[in-house]
Amino acid sequence: MKTFGSPARATLAALALATLTGPALAQQGLDEPFQKPFKEALAGKTVAYVPVAMNFDLTEGWYAGLKKELEPYGVKFVIRDANWNTNAGAQAVTSLISEKPAVMVVHNPDVQTYAKLLQRAENEGIYVIQINMGSAYRSSAFVGANWVEIGERQTEAVVKACEGKSNKIAIVQGALSAAASAYTLKGVENVLAKHPEIKVASSQAADWDAAKAKAITQTVLKQNPDLCGIVGFWDGMDIGTAAAVKEAGLTGKVFLATSGGGERKGACELVKSGAFDLNMSYDVPTQAAQMAGTIKWLLSSGAKPGSIKGSEYTTLIPITKENADSQTACWNLSDLKK
Amino acid sequence: MDSQWPTSKKGNKGMKRFRFNQQEIVFAVFALLFLVFSIFLNGFLTAENMLTLLQNVAVLGILGLAMAIVVIGRGIDISLIAALAVPPGLVLQMVQNGHSLPFSLLIAVLLTIAFGLVNGWLIAYAEVPSLFATLATGLLLAGLGQAALFQLDVVQWSPGMDGFERLGQGAILGIPTSIVMFAIACLVVAFLLRQTRWGAYIYAIGDNPYAARVTGIPSRPIIVLQYVIAALIGCFAGLVMAASVNSMPTRVFNSTLIYDVILVVVLGGIGLSGGRGGVLNVIIGTLLIGTMLNGMTIMDISYAGQNLIKGMVLLLAVITDSFLNPRNEETAQQGDI
Repeated sequence: MKTFGSPARATLAALALATLTGPALAQQGLDEPFQKPFKEALAGKTVAYVPVAMNFDLTEGWYAGLKKELEPYGVKFVIRDANWNTNAGAQAVTSLISEKPAVMVVHNPDVQTYAKLLQRAENEGIYVIQINMGSAYRSSAFVGANWVEIGERQTEAVVKACEGKSNKIAIVQGALSAAASAYTLKGVENVLAKHPEIKVASSQAADWDAAKAKAITQTVLKQNPDLCGIVGFWDGMDIGTAAAVKEAGLTGKVFLATSGGGERKGACELVKSGAFDLNMSYDVPTQAAQMAGTIKWLLSSGAKPGSIKGSEYTTLIPITKENADSQTACWNLSDLKK
Repeated sequence: MDSQWPTSKKGNKGMKRFRFNQQEIVFAVFALLFLVFSIFLNGFLTAENMLTLLQNVAVLGILGLAMAIVVIGRGIDISLIAALAVPPGLVLQMVQNGHSLPFSLLIAVLLTIAFGLVNGWLIAYAEVPSLFATLATGLLLAGLGQAALFQLDVVQWSPGMDGFERLGQGAILGIPTSIVMFAIACLVVAFLLRQTRWGAYIYAIGDNPYAARVTGIPSRPIIVLQYVIAALIGCFAGLVMAASVNSMPTRVFNSTLIYDVILVVVLGGIGLSGGRGGVLNVIIGTLLIGTMLNGMTIMDISYAGQNLIKGMVLLLAVITDSFLNPRNEETAQQGDI
């Protein structure tokens, strides 16, 4: 105000300025003030990915999805494949802490092993995102399926299918040491507590192994040919469960509910063929997109790692005969990799 | 010294009266278990359940045969599970990628033979101990599969494979196909071991490799042959398994299946020191494991409980064996476990 003596002169000057700059603005465009810091926050940053193993639909899908979203922004990827070895995974996480990537995406083999390490990583300034299998430590973000909900919804479907039938069901668990299996079992128990009429003929662990699942199911079906439903814990394993049902000639009579990542060959195709009656999918590409979004948000926020914590539970897609044919219920790994 | 003679003689006499070998002990344990389950377990002793029991261990039994051939020749093949997983996985993957089934099978068989030749060459000519050689080659083949051959570690069935699932599903004359496959494999291996000169050579090499060589037996080519046959049987077991579960979970390489296979062989009475045992031993070992698994599944025993019982029965068999047939310098051989 000091430069311009009176209000009248100031108004005049402002008007003159406006007439000068107005058209110029329209020609030059307006700079959006936040995109540059966003780009800078992402460019050259390293995201380390520690899955329990590569080479299966979930982990390959997450990786492909993350890369697709983040690589165009100059984010670098480091991958440390634990290959089903918990020790190797813990070592990978430990060495990553000293390598200081900006973000670690961790797929826990169990609840305890990585918990302390992940806490240390966040103290060292690394954002930790846990995927599908959480640990006892709550990090910046958890993106993944709610296993209890999966168990509940699968069991509800089986109980419904059993109405008016023998009310005898079987449970094919995963590996006992895996929290995903234990959480799912909790969901199963929650529903069974409400339905005392349901009898569990067998509840055994098949170690995520299709051959074992088949062996167990065959024996159970021979003993209980009137079984009306099976709750399986993973579609990759329940191919074996389904094969046993089919061999016993009970396809369509025994309701088989399972869950998985929703890859077309492992989920929709098998629902279409009648092997599975219900496959609760935790839609891997959506999970990957949510993780990528979280990484973008965290890196651009500048928040101190560990200072904010939240969860993004995946909205489940129940795949049945009705939607197995649709383009959106399942995804193709080959498309995601393109 | 004098005082020791009578006691040891007495001991020998005493032992002669209860001279059971491990095969008979395991058979007795199997018979006892079978009896107990039949009496106390509803639905155990039915024709259908017996078939299920056999069907569930058929693949294990076929693998046991492959292992038996190698172990009789005083070797061990840790890479068997890789031969089970990778070539059949390759068949499924190639068919998925649009190749024809016969062509894919041919490639898989060639890969298996090449793999067996590498194993055999390492052990027979480079003289690497079989344990280490097959440990390494198994990792190599499984790694090759993971890195280069498969897109995902569970290779799914594709429409091009239709018809092939009959190798592991359905029944022939009322007997589930996988049992028939096990029976065929038993007959082939029994013929090879008992009726051919090569079989006799394998026993000779296993009993005393140096003597065998001095006698003029072509030891090295026979050792190579053993590993090639073992790999081929492993591949066959894998095809039966894939057909049976409509997919090939190649991750099975990381499982403890190989221990079960060794267990079947050793429990059945084929000593790891070589030169002893045959197809019958594999069948007995397989039956015992099958009976235990089936009975425990019917009883719905928890996983931890099953492991405990399995461990106890095995320990019992081994302890009984070492009581009745104590090891001494005469019977102990290098490599005996």
